[in-house]
Amino acid sequence: MSEYTISSSPHIRDGETIPGIMWRVNAALLPAAAFAVWWFGVPALINMVVGVIFAVASEYIWQRAMHQPVTAFDGSACITGLLLAMSMSPVLPPYMVAIGSVLAIVVVKQSMGGLGFNIFNPAHIGRAALMVSWPVAMTTWTKMQDMSAGVDAMTSATPLNILKLQGYDALLSTFGGQANLYWNMFIGTRNGSLGETSTVLLLLGGLYLIGKGYVNWVVPVVMIGTVGLLTFVFGPAGFFTGDPLFHMMAGGLMLGAFFMATDMVTIPMTVKGQVIFAIGAGAITVLIRLVGGYPEGVCYSILLMNALTPLIDRFTKPRIFGAGGDK
Amino acid sequence: MFRSFLGGIHPHDGKELAKDKPIQVMPAPKELVVPMSQHIGAPCTPCVKAGDLVKRGQLIGTSPAFMHADIHAPVSGKVIRIEERPHSGRISCPAVVIENDGEDSWADGLPLERDWRAMTNEEILNAIQSAGIVGMGGATFPAHIKLKPSKPVDILILNGAECEPYLTADYRLMLESPAQVVEGIQILARVLGVKRSVIGIEDNKPEAIDALKKACAGIGIEVATLKTKYPQGAEKMLIKVLADREVPMGGLPMDVGAVVQNIGTVAAIADAVVRGVPLTERIMTVSGDAIAEPKNLRVRIGTKYSAAIAFCGGFKEEPDKLLAGGPMMGMAQFTDEVPVMKGSSGILALTRRLTEHGPEMNCIRCGRCVKACPMGLVPSMLSILSQRQDFAACRDSYGLMNCVECGCCTYICPAKRNIVQYIRNAKGFVRAEMARAKAKEAPAKKEGAKA
Repeated sequence: MSEYTISSSPHIRDGETIPGIMWRVNAALLPAAAFAVWWFGVPALINMVVGVIFAVASEYIWQRAMHQPVTAFDGSACITGLLLAMSMSPVLPPYMVAIGSVLAIVVVKQSMGGLGFNIFNPAHIGRAALMVSWPVAMTTWTKMQDMSAGVDAMTSATPLNILKLQGYDALLSTFGGQANLYWNMFIGTRNGSLGETSTVLLLLGGLYLIGKGYVNWVVPVVMIGTVGLLTFVFGPAGFFTGDPLFHMMAGGLMLGAFFMATDMVTIPMTVKGQVIFAIGAGAITVLIRLVGGYPEGVCYSILLMNALTPLIDRFTKPRIFGAGGDK
Repeated sequence: MFRSFLGGIHPHDGKELAKDKPIQVMPAPKELVVPMSQHIGAPCTPCVKAGDLVKRGQLIGTSPAFMHADIHAPVSGKVIRIEERPHSGRISCPAVVIENDGEDSWADGLPLERDWRAMTNEEILNAIQSAGIVGMGGATFPAHIKLKPSKPVDILILNGAECEPYLTADYRLMLESPAQVVEGIQILARVLGVKRSVIGIEDNKPEAIDALKKACAGIGIEVATLKTKYPQGAEKMLIKVLADREVPMGGLPMDVGAVVQNIGTVAAIADAVVRGVPLTERIMTVSGDAIAEPKNLRVRIGTKYSAAIAFCGGFKEEPDKLLAGGPMMGMAQFTDEVPVMKGSSGILALTRRLTEHGPEMNCIRCGRCVKACPMGLVPSMLSILSQRQDFAACRDSYGLMNCVECGCCTYICPAKRNIVQYIRNAKGFVRAEMARAKAKEAPAKKEGAKA
């Protein structure tokens, strides 16, 4: 018997852990989540709590049932539940959120082998499944005061809905001018999924993750930049007439670019691969928004690029030291 | 100017424990255990037997193989036993056990005084070979073989990076004996006929940089400041940083015209050439948070770890791991009965506080290992493929055999995956397969020749 522990080198480790990373990602989502509660009220809070509880509980039950080590409290299931709720309407019935959470954890994550082995972002698949199952409920938004001056009416359309159905001018008049439109989009006082509205708070959380090194700034910058560029080029009145600023702040782009397109598990590992991923996700988003049937395409664009990730990884392997070629 | 390479990590270096402790001579203990394998290559066979009296520096082990380094008695005394003893690199190994007579009398004619400038290159190489010098940074490649490269070389690189955390032996040597180091470099530069000699030192050792700059003034040896980053002292990284050349995959430094030597080796070479003394002692660091008084020691080859640790005040806390070498690439020991060898750069005793980490989890593909790998590999994929026993994919698609096992990936992994261990496992399988294929081929060829 040895008096000392024997193991392969190295014998010291960095302090970073998976729960450490995951809980900090949760923390980065908190400002936008808190804003949602203030802006959309109690239903938003209920949906987020239900999303988290069902995600964590289904992971716990699955792992116990499968006799696996329980990692349900490592923060990753919590992110899935929270992101799922945040990417859907605040007035969605809570039982649907619960079903989405269970689907995301059991089908997308655990049945693929658990954390690290899922190909698709669990929250996004959960959302896509609900979209297919309850299309009406999934596109029913909060009723809120129409902001156009002098009109005392209620509207339940998101800015992207208005753009898709009534055009850009209607969008401007709804918000009472371009400056008002930008301001409300930036602060988050607009209709939409409950956690996606506040550009400024999502940016804040994103910057924290970049500062922590969990997110490479390249991914959100390239994805959002691609959306801005393409929406400007393919504007409503011909080339170079679009409103990139609106498109960059609209829909779930901020939430998706900072928190979904940066989900380590489902995106490429090298910077080169991540750039390809971000360009693809941005381009598909624009394609859906401008040409497709849905007003918003962030969720599907990221899912499609998730599917390409193994392929991208294969073709963007780093150059091995001493292999010749570019240094 | 700070120079660097791609990848790498910044672990806590722990050097503050021993950095300011001057090299202390540890008296030779009563019993010395001298393993017959202290180098890469064929083990030596003892050329003494139990009962023989030996003098310090007397040849006690040698081999007819080309790839070996002779082994000498570290003290004068009596050979009491030749038997299997614990070994820090291979569990156990035949060793010559010597009882120290305390006289420390040198073998005939040693030490001598000679002027290396009057010696021919061949005489110098013979002196290095007969002194049994090996790479003392830990790789233990026989020095005289490295100094006769089969390809033209034009640059000599001296490794003073000492990038392994906790180790400070090279640092103290550079600080305390810069003249000896410089003399060794001059000898090597002449033997190799190189145009350029560069000493690379990390920028966390400014005193050593100053000392060597002073000693090198006006004699054409460069002192280069390197960025403090592990594994700055890896041979391939050093060549890349100091000469901007990349050793090709599977190649050696001489393929790009470079020879790399460790600072400790250079000093030993100076001793061997100028004073004619074989390698019987070395400088090493005894440190770690479990050691009462961390020290840099001049210690005889064959001193047991237990004796060296006792000389440093013993353990102040219960150690979890006892390491031969640094914490990144050193080997965990199962007993403190192992002896100091030519390649022993340090003895570290670390408590649970430093060695403990959570359970291994799934890879979350965070890419930190990809960023940290100085060799441009994808360690996460290698580890997963190795776990699946898909060793062919490791070798063919993910460059398995290029891994230098520096440990950056494993250090940085938030899932605490034992990536290097999986990679070593895969390498073992691939090597075994290659050996089997070779064995199969060899008899077939013979038969073909007969027919």
